[in-house]
Parts: sequence; structure tokens; C-alpha cells
Amino acid sequence: MKNKVILIAEDNANDEELTLRALRKNNISNEIVVVRDGQEALDYLFGTGSHSDRDLTHRPQVMLLDINLPKVNGLEVLKRVRADERTRTMPVVILTSSAEERDRLAAYSNFANSYIQKPVNFDQFTDAVRDLGLYWLVLNEPPPRPRSAATS
Amino acid sequence: MNSPRTTIQRKLVLAIMMTSTTVLVLTGAVLVAREAVSLRSLIHTELSTRAGILAANSTAALAFRNPEDARQVLAALRTDPSVVAAALYDDRNSLFATYPDGAAPPLVPRAPGTPGSVSDKEHLAVYQRVVEGGNRLGLLYIKTDLRELEQGVRDHALVVLCAVLGSIGVAFALSTWLQRGIAGPVRALAEAARNVSERKDYSIRAETKSDDELGVLAGAFNTMLAEIQERDAALRASEGSLRQLNAGLEQRVAVRTAELETSNRELEAFSYSVSHDLRAPLRAIDGFSKALLEDCGEALGETGARHLDRVRTAARQMGLLIDDLLNLARLSRTEMRRGPVDLAAVGKEIADTLTQAQPERQVSFVVPPRLTAEGDSQLLRVVLDNLLRNAWKFTSKKPAARIELGQTGTNGKTVFFVADDGAGFDMAHADLLFAPFQRLHRQSDFEGTGVGLATVQRIIHRHGGRLWAEGAVGTGATFYFTLWENGS
Repeated sequence: MKNKVILIAEDNANDEELTLRALRKNNISNEIVVVRDGQEALDYLFGTGSHSDRDLTHRPQVMLLDINLPKVNGLEVLKRVRADERTRTMPVVILTSSAEERDRLAAYSNFANSYIQKPVNFDQFTDAVRDLGLYWLVLNEPPPRPRSAATS
Repeated sequence: MNSPRTTIQRKLVLAIMMTSTTVLVLTGAVLVAREAVSLRSLIHTELSTRAGILAANSTAALAFRNPEDARQVLAALRTDPSVVAAALYDDRNSLFATYPDGAAPPLVPRAPGTPGSVSDKEHLAVYQRVVEGGNRLGLLYIKTDLRELEQGVRDHALVVLCAVLGSIGVAFALSTWLQRGIAGPVRALAEAARNVSERKDYSIRAETKSDDELGVLAGAFNTMLAEIQERDAALRASEGSLRQLNAGLEQRVAVRTAELETSNRELEAFSYSVSHDLRAPLRAIDGFSKALLEDCGEALGETGARHLDRVRTAARQMGLLIDDLLNLARLSRTEMRRGPVDLAAVGKEIADTLTQAQPERQVSFVVPPRLTAEGDSQLLRVVLDNLLRNAWKFTSKKPAARIELGQTGTNGKTVFFVADDGAGFDMAHADLLFAPFQRLHRQSDFEGTGVGLATVQRIIHRHGGRLWAEGAVGTGATFYFTLWENGS
């Protein structure tokens, strides 16, 4: 289970802690990496900037991506993830407060795998995180690791 | 097409010429005829006189039966070339002497006719008795050629013809000269009218030299032109100001549209930030309250836990409010897509969802097989969802409830309704039903945000319809709505 990393891109400290708490409460013990803005998310994924020494062979099992992120917007992060050979097949779940039609449309147009609105109700939020973890970490078969990432 | 100027000139000259020519020809003809008649009568008189004289001269020759004398008497006629023939007959009516000498029938008649004159087309003949002392001695015949007469008449006619032709020429010259006085002003008037109509130049004026009817006409024409010019100027002025006004209006519309678009964008941005930014703190309040309950439940004690429950309930309620408000705002922005909608099918789906969510409840849904309406299917679904959920909610305290979706017709118009036999409401407060955040029931009795019916009303209004409700406390409520009341 060690290589099944969950990458969370979240700038709101409260939401971050609640998400972590919900994961913990649901006994999801995978390694969790939290990045706090869009640039950091890209740095982590492509081994640049503050993450230049990261081993890129360890690709996150799933990325939980907020839309409203500082520096680089979540939708822009998604675009670049899909544009890059190394991350094109990585599952990306949009997890955001917004349920606006244009956000949903933009997310799916850029090939997000899933779109979940964070409920206000924490019980529902906990349920959503549990289902999400169960689905993407256990039930879902991940895509094969890209060759370019393996050889680089 | 002839230009009008040619026509009026020609008409005038033609009229004058027709009149004068007719008069001249008639006069000429009368003159010639009269001349012919008087010439003929003159010739007749002359012939009769000559016959009388010759008859008197012939008495001796007839009385003495001397043909030689008679021939000599007749030979006197030689001086008049117009006399063609003459003859004397004796008392036994046989030829006695002839002129010219030796003339025989048919130049002279074999036997004499009755005394008097005989004429044909070319000749005039006279029989004259030769009488001496009451005794009839014989008969004299003189035949004269009428060619002289013919010639005379012809000469006369020629003179008359010349006079007539001369007069016609003079009349033509005169009429051509005189018509200018009429055709000239008319032509000028026509010219002016044509210029006005071709160039739309209302500053043109016709000449008003004469003081006759044409002068009056030109004057009236000018007055009319002046009037038109004035009105034209006024029209142009008002057109100009109208154009200016239009341009101003267009500009104002453009400015307002831009303002509206800006405010729409701002509203959208506002809605977006509300949906995103207001929900996050609420989630934190609810989430950390839950965490507090879980992690420090024992330290909080029962009262503390209850308080925290209140905090969580309030936070969730506010979350629902935000969601409803956003939906309400979104309804005004989304574009309507009109089409046929089967409200019965939509209603059944919603009823199934409600029943599945609370299978323990005893509610009978009454929905007709078909309920056709025209409108935006998604928006009408929101309407039915709100109304049926309301009915579901307000019948929740009844062990067995009945909810009906249907239509009634009043005055040929279709009225849809959703009726329940639930808690109902007091008609005195009916006007508060559709105002946002207004509720007629306590939160502890029935949950809700008070936005649902306001949402329904907004959708019905966008569909050109009306929404109203009837009810009584304890017996239930019926919500009626219409669509497209004014046609489209």
C-alpha cells in the first residue's frame, strides 16, 4: 500500500484537516501528500521547484483537486496534467465547494475522472470521502504506469 | 409618349384650324353655289331675250316662206360662239331653217317640243313661238352650250378656293401666334411641376405673368408648393430630430445593456463566490463541531453536546439556504428551452423518488396518464419537484395521505394543480406563501428555507403564467398554476 499515494491539492487549512480527518476516520492509511497551491501541485507531479528531487516513478494513485487554488487555478492544473505524457492517465477527482455548471463542464471537458461537491454537512462529507477512498484506492484498477515515467 | 407641351400646342392650333377651315369651306361652297345659280339664270334670261328677238326677226321669213331669209336671220347667231345650234320650224312643225347652215338631226330636233326651256348637263335649249298679229307662224329653237357657265363657275370657285386657302394660312399663322398666350403658361406650369416631381425641389416656382385662370392656377400651384416646401422642411427637421433621438436611444440602450451585462457578470461572480466561499466556513463549523463532539465529548458533557448539536444544525440550515438561494438566482439566468413536456411523467418520477426515500410512509399519489404542457422541461421539473416535495412534507404527520397532480379547465384555459390533504395553511397568510424566506410553519414542525415556492413562482412567471394557492388549516392545500396566459 506504500506506493498508493493520495495527492490532495487544497488551500483551505480547515478543509485540509477535515479531509484528513475523514480519511483517517474511514481507516484509509495511505500516504497522503498535501499541496497548497496549483504551482506546488505541478511541481510535485513533474518534479520541479521545491519537489525537484522527487522520484517521479511514484505516481499518486489519485489526485483530489480543488478548483479555487492560489497561483495556478485547479482547472489549469488539470489541463497541464492531461497535456503531459507522464500524468495523462492519472485519475483526477475534482473536490470543490462549487457545483456551478460551468465548473462542472470545464472539469469534464478537461477529462476529470470525477466531480464531487464538498457537502456542508460534515457527516455527508465524511461519507463522501469514505466512498471516494474506497472506490479509487480499492475498487478501481489504476491505469498501467506510463513507460516514459518508468524510464525517466 | 408626347411631351405635354406638344400636345397642348397641337390641340389648340388644331381646334382653331378645324373651326376656321370648316367655316371658310362652308362659306366658299355657298358662294360658289350661289354664283353657279345666278350665272345659269343670267344665261337663261339672255337666251330667252335672244330667242324673242330672233323670233320677231323671223316672222317675215316664215310668213313669206323664204328659207333664205330665215337662214340669214339665224346666221346672226354666229357672233355668239356659245350658241351651238338653232332651228326654225314652220306652222306644220317641219324644219324650215337651221343654224349652222345645213345642220341636221340629231344636232337639231327633228320635230319641235313644247315652248319653254329644256336643259341637260351641258346644254340649255329654248323653244320660242314665232307669232305675227295673233297668228302662230312657227317655232324657234336655240341651243346654247353651258361650258361658258361651267367655266365661269370654275373660275369663281378657283378664286374662292384661293381666298379660302389664303384665309386658312392666315388663320394658321394667327392661331399659332395666339396659342402661345395659353400654351406658354401651361407649358411653364407643366415644366415646373415636372421639375418638382423629378428633383423633389420644392423651391421651384411657376411664372405668374397672366391674370387669367392660368395665372390663378399658377398662383395656386405656387401656394401649394410653398406649403409643401414648408411641410417638407418640417418633416426633415423632425426626421433629423427623430434620428438624433433614435441614436440617443440606441446609445442609451447600449449603455444600459453594457451595465446590465456587467451587473449580470458581477451577480454571477457573486453567486460563485457565495457558493464557494460561504460554504467552506460552514463546513468547518460543522466539521469541527463534529470533531469536538467526537474527541472531547466527555469533557463537554450532555449540555455542551446539545449546544454543539444546535451549532451543527444551524450551520447545515445555512448551507441549505445558500444552496436554495443559488438555485433561485440561477433560474433567472438560465436560458429557457421551450418544448412539449409531459408533467404526469415528471410527477411520477418525483413521486417515486420521494417514496423510495421514505418507504415507510403511506401516501397515495394520484397522477393522470398524461398531462401535456409547453415549456422548459428542466424548469417545469423544478416546479413539480418543489410542489410535490411540499405536499410530501406537509402530509408527513398524517398516517395515510393523498397527493394529487392534475389539471382543471376554467374558461377554456388549462390550470394545473398539486393538491394534498396535509397541514394546509391559513388563507389569511396566503400572500406570504411566495415571498422568499417567508414560512407559515415553524421550523420545528416542518423544515424548510422558504425559498421553494419563491422559486416556483419565478419559474411560472418566466413561463408567462400565474401561481396561486388555496387551503385551510388541517384540511390541506392546493397549488394552482397556468402557463402562457397571453398566448406565447
